[in-house]
This record gives sequence, C-alpha cells and structure tokens, in this order.
Amino acid sequence: MDIETIVKKLNLKVRSASDRLKNNVTGGYTGDLLSDVMANSHEGDIWITRQVHQNIVAIATLKEHAGIILVNSCEPATDTLEKAVKENVPIMVSNLPAFELTGKIYNLLAEKK
Amino acid sequence: MKIKVCATETENSLYKNSFYIEGGNFSDAGTVSTRIKSILKNIGLPNDIVRKSAIICYESEINIVSYARRGKINLTVTPKTVEIEVVDEGPGIPDIELAMQQGYSTANQQIREMGFGAGMGLHNIKSYSDIFNISSEVAKGTFLKMIINTQ
Ligand SMILES: Nc1ncnc2c1ncn2[C@@H]1O[C@H](COP(=O)(O)OP(=O)(O)OP(=O)(O)O)[C@@H](O)[C@H]1O
Ligand SMILES: [Mg+2]
Repeated sequence: MDIETIVKKLNLKVRSASDRLKNNVTGGYTGDLLSDVMANSHEGDIWITRQVHQNIVAIATLKEHAGIILVNSCEPATDTLEKAVKENVPIMVSNLPAFELTGKIYNLLAEKK
Repeated sequence: MKIKVCATETENSLYKNSFYIEGGNFSDAGTVSTRIKSILKNIGLPNDIVRKSAIICYESEINIVSYARRGKINLTVTPKTVEIEVVDEGPGIPDIELAMQQGYSTANQQIREMGFGAGMGLHNIKSYSDIFNISSEVAKGTFLKMIINTQ
C-alpha cells in the first residue's frame, strides 16, 4: 500500500515531500524513544510518533522509513520541516492519538494482505 | 562484492576514514552516520551489514553529541569486516557495567525531551556488533571499538 492511500483514508495532512506519496508502506512502527525506533523499526515502515524535532528526519532517513506520521495534531518544528524537504522524507499530521492511528493503519495493512 | 583498494596494502583495508563530531550540536546529529551509511552502500556491502553499521554509528554519534565535548568515528572496511572506532574527549563513564544496562541513563531533561535517554544506545551497539569493546577514563573520554563480520 502506498502512503497516498493511507493519507486519503485517514485524512492526513501532508507537510513535506508530497511527491513521495507513492512510497510503499510495508509495515509500521509506533514509538517516541529514538533508540527503540532505531533498533526495532524496519525499512519501509511508516513511523508513528509525537516527536517533532529534527532528529526524526535523520532516523527516518537512516532506517529508510516510508514516511513519518505525527499524532495528536502535532506539527513538525520549522527546522524539522526544512530537513524533511531537503532529505525528501514525507511527514504527515494526524489528529488522532497514537493508539487509534496505529490501530487504523494496522488494519489497513492487514486488509491488504 | 566489488573490491576497490584505496589504502595501504599492509593494512589490507578497502576504505579508511575519520569523521568528526561536535558535542552538544543536536541540529547536525545523524549527519556522520548518514554519510557512513551511504559510503558502505557504495562499497557494495550487503544491506544487513549496512543497516547494522548505521545503527552502531548513529547511537555512537548521538552519545558523543549528548555527553562529550567532541569526538570522532574511525571507519575501516576490510575484505572481511567493518570496523568502527569511536573516540571522544569528554567526562568518560565512571561505571561501564552500569552504563551498559538497558534503561540506565544520565541524560538530562533537554535530551529526554527529544526522545533520547532510554538507556538503550550502548546495549544496541553491542547487540548489533560481532565484537564489542568499551573503555573509558573519567574526565578524559570514552573509546568504543566494534567489528562487524561481513563474511
Ligand atoms: N560517550 C559517552 N561519554 C560519557 N558518558 C556516556 C557516553 N556514552 C554513554 N554514556 C553514559 O552511559 C549512559 C547509557 O548510554 P546509552 O547510549 O546506553 O543510553 P542513553 O544515551 O542514556 O539513552 P539512549 O541511547 O537510549 O537514547 C548514558 O546515559 C551516559 O551516562
Ligand atoms: Mg545513547
């Protein structure tokens, strides 16, 4: 499933790299502790978090995540956005809390299989 | 794997370079690891080796940024290994056994607010390495050496 499908179904707001919405999402990981995400997330995951500072872009780049979704209507910090544009990392914003968003995306991905 | 020799024959290394990291500079944190990852990819190393090396470098880089004044990562690729040495000038680690425990962290509030400070970094570095060495001298600095077998 691509990011665009998830964006449409869950009404996400796209904040960066809107030309990368065809990125394939193969799984997901939810977490705010960066070394946990670093160790346990996978390439192709959509990363669900409420961290908004610029270090999330470096992690998504290094781990080759499909994109990042910020929960609870959290907006990326200005320098986060600048970095995400430069590195071509899609950042989306959802108004849902992490638990609900994770459940919905989990179901979307499971349906697809 | 394509092999390009770019260092002295005696050391038998395919690639050797040092990357410098400034303490306290969170806005550039991750830059060195991202560079190293793309270098390893370009050398043609398998994906899982590149991924492990990237995690090891990232956690080491963040620890320098979080705790030390300055430091560097020495990267050496040989036909059979990726060697990552991390050297810093900083406060050092008084109790290494304690610091290696998952969940132990002295990260301050500012660092924790960014999502660091879970006390997992060193443990992750160790678990992704085939050989892991750590030594430290209080008020001087910390030295890590990791080897990842590529064959
Ligand atoms: N280079 C270093 N210089 C001084 N102290 C260090 C250094 N690296 C680690 N430490 C000490 O060891 C502790 C554990 O480090 P570790 O990387 O495992 O976890 P953390 O940095 O606290 O959190 P995390 O890595 O999960 O974000 C640190 O909190 C710090 O006290
Ligand atoms: Mg750490």
